[in-house]
Amino acid sequence: MAHTILTVPAVAKSGEIIELRALIQHPMETGYRRSSEGVMLPRDLIRSFTCRFLERGKSGEGELVFSATLHAAISANPFLSFHTTAYASGTFVLTWSGDNGFTQTERAHIAVR
Amino acid sequence: MIGKSTKTVLLGLGLGLASAVLTFAPPAHAATTAGAGAGAGAMVDARKSGYEFMLPATQVLQRDDSQNPAMLWVKDGAARWSQIEGANGKSCASCHAHAKASMKGVAAKYPAYSSSLKRVINLQQQINFCRAARQGAVPFALENPALLGLESYVAFQSRGMLTAPSSDAVTVAAQNKGQSLFNQRMGQIDLSCKDCHVDLAGRSLAGNLIPQAHPTGYPLYRLAWQAVGGLQRRLRNCLVGIRAEPYAFGSEEMVALEAYLVKRAAGMPLESPAVRP
Repeated sequence: MAHTILTVPAVAKSGEIIELRALIQHPMETGYRRSSEGVMLPRDLIRSFTCRFLERGKSGEGELVFSATLHAAISANPFLSFHTTAYASGTFVLTWSGDNGFTQTERAHIAVR
Repeated sequence: MIGKSTKTVLLGLGLGLASAVLTFAPPAHAATTAGAGAGAGAMVDARKSGYEFMLPATQVLQRDDSQNPAMLWVKDGAARWSQIEGANGKSCASCHAHAKASMKGVAAKYPAYSSSLKRVINLQQQINFCRAARQGAVPFALENPALLGLESYVAFQSRGMLTAPSSDAVTVAAQNKGQSLFNQRMGQIDLSCKDCHVDLAGRSLAGNLIPQAHPTGYPLYRLAWQAVGGLQRRLRNCLVGIRAEPYAFGSEEMVALEAYLVKRAAGMPLESPAVRP
């Protein structure tokens, strides 16, 4: 499990524009570099990120809020920041997935008043 | 439907872009030069942290914990703090309980004399000593990511506190040795630390400003490394840069240089986990 740091407001007013931030520990190895011993370092990238919103009391995978495709030129430990409008209480489900079967999901709850 | 009602804005991918967009008021721990410490009375302290030589975008990255990638290492160290390791069935917390209280100010005095090892050691070596002697575990290689996590977590407890180097006879001897190494020209390029970091501090080296070499932010996240590293890794970079044979991690010379640099920065606030370009 990679370490992550999420910044999601715990409480928001209905209709308020909120900022979500997601930082994850990942090498983002490009596949174009060699180690100090001259061996090619295999590519190890996060390829995609999605953030979905699941309203409280509802089932399913939720509504897509934001997604991004990540490439080799993106730094290690990628930091993503985006905005959305809070309209109901529920859970943001953030998923990173990439090479070597990497997948990680984190959740953040929000209460909307 | 959320798809219609939401407006998503990508502020930036990666580290540099995102931080350029956001501005924050500096919190209390933001690095500013300490007026106290070495300076006497009304004398203005001319010492500046490396923070003040950075671009505003990189400064924001350091100030804001939700963006600072070094916080991932702090988080890693926090998880390891209570993890049982080694033959004695102990974690760091078994002896030191809550790091928040027990580790406050600890990082501010390293490198320090170890009465068990009878020599001056840095914080990584102290953590490794605890690991071997108290936990009965295999010590980490210096600059190992796990060790950097623990070091970051310990150093984080002293953020904002003033550097307080030890002044016992053995540490002072190491500081003096470090001072002579600092002033000694070496390598094919024949430069001393002093040539750049005292005489030419604030001037440009290629595209970069030369800082005054105050190690107040270590361990820190260096954008060039894409990772957290310790002071000795940074010293190694400079030694390679002047084409000198780098000292080994944990060697007497490395610790002596570290001890002198910390003494030079006495009274300046600790910033760890800092970010540097």
